[in-house]
Amino acid sequence: MTGEVVLKKGIRAMHPQKFGLWLFLISVVMIFISLSSAYVVKKSVGDWVYIDFPQMFNITSVIIILSSISMHYAYLSAKRNNIKSIRIGLAITGVLAVLFVIGQLQAWGELVESGFHFVGNPASSFVYVFSGLHIAHLFGALVFLGVVLTNSFQYKVHSKSMLRIEMCTTFWHFLGGLWLYLYLFLVLNN
Amino acid sequence: MSVTDIQLQQDTAGHDDHHDDHEHAQSFVTKYIFSTDHKTIAKQFLITGIFWALLGGILSVIFRLQLGFPEMQLEWLRPFLGQWITPEGQLDQEFYLALVTMHGTIMVFFVLTAGLSGTFSNFLIPLQCGARDMASGFMNMLSYWFFFLSSVVMFVSMFIETGPASGGWTIYPPLSALPQAMSGSGLGMTLWLVSMALFIVSTLLGGINYITTVINLRTEGMSFSRLPLTIWAFFITAVLGLLSFPVLFSAALLLIFDRSLGTSFYLSDIYIAGEALPHLGGSPILFQHLFWFLGHPEVYIVILPALGITSEIISTNSRKPIFGYKAMIGSMLGIGFLSFIVWAHHMFITGMNPFLGSIFTILTLIIAVPSAIKAFNYITTLWKGNIIFTPAMLFSIGLVSFFISGGVTGLFLGNSVLDINLHDTYFVVAHFHLVMGSAAFFGMLAGVYHWFPKMFGRMMNDKLGKLHFWLSFVGIYMVFFPMHYIGIAGFPRRYYAFTSFDTFSGFADLNALVSIAAILTLGAQFIFLFNFFYSIFRGKLAPANPWKSNTLEWTTPRFPEHGNWPGAIPKVYRWAYDYSKPGAKDDFIPQTVPYSHTPESNLDHENEEAKNEDLTGVEKSE
Ligand code: HEM
Ligand SMILES: [Cu+2]
Repeated sequence: MTGEVVLKKGIRAMHPQKFGLWLFLISVVMIFISLSSAYVVKKSVGDWVYIDFPQMFNITSVIIILSSISMHYAYLSAKRNNIKSIRIGLAITGVLAVLFVIGQLQAWGELVESGFHFVGNPASSFVYVFSGLHIAHLFGALVFLGVVLTNSFQYKVHSKSMLRIEMCTTFWHFLGGLWLYLYLFLVLNN
Repeated sequence: MSVTDIQLQQDTAGHDDHHDDHEHAQSFVTKYIFSTDHKTIAKQFLITGIFWALLGGILSVIFRLQLGFPEMQLEWLRPFLGQWITPEGQLDQEFYLALVTMHGTIMVFFVLTAGLSGTFSNFLIPLQCGARDMASGFMNMLSYWFFFLSSVVMFVSMFIETGPASGGWTIYPPLSALPQAMSGSGLGMTLWLVSMALFIVSTLLGGINYITTVINLRTEGMSFSRLPLTIWAFFITAVLGLLSFPVLFSAALLLIFDRSLGTSFYLSDIYIAGEALPHLGGSPILFQHLFWFLGHPEVYIVILPALGITSEIISTNSRKPIFGYKAMIGSMLGIGFLSFIVWAHHMFITGMNPFLGSIFTILTLIIAVPSAIKAFNYITTLWKGNIIFTPAMLFSIGLVSFFISGGVTGLFLGNSVLDINLHDTYFVVAHFHLVMGSAAFFGMLAGVYHWFPKMFGRMMNDKLGKLHFWLSFVGIYMVFFPMHYIGIAGFPRRYYAFTSFDTFSGFADLNALVSIAAILTLGAQFIFLFNFFYSIFRGKLAPANPWKSNTLEWTTPRFPEHGNWPGAIPKVYRWAYDYSKPGAKDDFIPQTVPYSHTPESNLDHENEEAKNEDLTGVEKSE
């Protein structure tokens, strides 16, 4: 076998845990891709109803973007060893996440009021499945956020110890992007 | 990035000395039950897999009794099956469906996915890559215990009053979605779904670990082009699982909603006893698309590890380099990619557009090309080798035979036009039992025979192993070869009895023969069971490298501790297949031997590489 690079110990592109996180995100992507294609396939079969999306979804979309910004602020603060603003950034992110979840539930209420129930035509069931699964993942991210926040109070998050907060930020941005994709997908394929 | 690199170095440094002095402080529970050692976890998967294989085998013999001898008195099974034996001493008709469903589920998922990948990916990835353990021992442990939980749920489902799931291992709705459809669609189906959800979690935890370990924790010098083919196979398998099992999760989730919450993803326009159900707007075909998007990659998840194991064993025991190392990798990658775009060949008769059918026919036939390359490479590796017929070698050769004879019938089935006749007949049953069931099962057995000395430090009995091989090999062909004829004659699969069709009466003898062969084949497995458990305790102590093999696992002590190597992890200087290299002293050169120690057998470019080798920590042998 010719021409291979001999691996030197310690020089690796990515920490194994971070790498594992990316793999996990790939499997989450597969869940939503498969559901999206199920949606498209179902729609092409016909017998479809059109959904009036609640106004609330626009608001929650803005909230989740804001939470990504505050998360990133916490991350940058950690890089600059700005311990206090790490905590502030993470706390704001947490609050925004809770607001987001409340908003989504509110939106479900609006959907029900306009007659789009979970049980009924799959077109409306899918909306609940998408947003519900997204919330389920967000709960996981919230637990993670809680861990990082606790760490930050124990002075364990700083420029020499970025792994956790980096992973949390990645997960957070991912979930933000995921919601925007889902919403866009639902609106465009309505 | 640099920050994490520093941290990583600290981590790995801490990891190394941690292992040298930490072995004694383990209790029985952390050592054998909630262990984070990949070797123990591998054995846990293996033993659980063997348990399931035995149970799955027994279930199949029960329904073979029904098929081969429809009139037979089964009163004697009442102590085991209770009310599933009718007052007339016959097998209950719905229970027959439960039997085939459980047999399929157990074999495909619990034996050939968890039992095979779980055992050998866990055991061999750290040992052959040169790592102390998996990237995350804790996640690895979780992976096993999720599998265990999933096993418990599935096992319990067999003892509930309404019986286990009965809609076939593919659980197509609407049958599986409507509890009122049959008793097996009630609680049994719910438990099936719960069990599978746990199973998916287990597979994903395991898969993430396997991939991370292969990418991040290889020892110095172990580049991808020096990786043994076993590791390549496990790696690609894990990637396939990571991409396809989430899709099964989606499919199952929507099914759960349909069953329990009343949604209509898969249901529409259904009348039961003249009453219209409220479900409207769904499509049962949707489930099939989702299921087979997992299902087809799943069949390769089952066979690829077996093929990887076989590559290693055939090369070692032919005392020859594997023929076409890169072609083997290429064809596995090709198979992996193609396996995601052929799923609709399972759905040719669902009323799909014939044009779409032709596209899937073409894609399906293309997948035969990399499969054939692999078969060709095995044969050319054997060609003119100094073959040593160990039991592992015999089982590997058996695998190649099954893979070819079962693969050929795949080509028939892949033609949408022929499939109209053959779909859901015993022809399909014959196809996948040879190419997947038996081949992967043989791969698993080959792996057990080959790595048993590393797992338990002892040897299995060679004679018993060979007897086990010949009985199984002949038995399996006697079971599945006749099924092709039965299938072409039109026997549909999953039918309780054929006695009321005159056309089929001519095949009664053939069916009886198949059943007898099945019983004998199952019986032969007890030779293995005896050999396995006896040798764990009483087998001859194994030499360090019993098969004179090149890979890293044989450089560990006879009973490796947690951490695998007592000293530093060995470095790797060459690929795994330097067998019978011209000029070399021995007929094998382990991966740990640098080129600069073997000037007599080096090729030109290897002499070049020898100049740049970093030899710190390597002492010259003898
Ligand atoms: C040469 C390559 C292959 C081709 C062209 C092929 C083609 C097919 C086709 C068209 C079917 C559907 C038949 C029907 O239901 O009417 C089928 C079924 C099946 N194949 Fe293959 N196959 C190939 C290799 C394999 C391999 C390597 C495996 C597993 C390791 C496998 C496992 C299965 C299974 C499990 C089923 C039946 C699933 C079920 O309905 O329960 N096949 N194959
Ligand atoms: Cu297939």
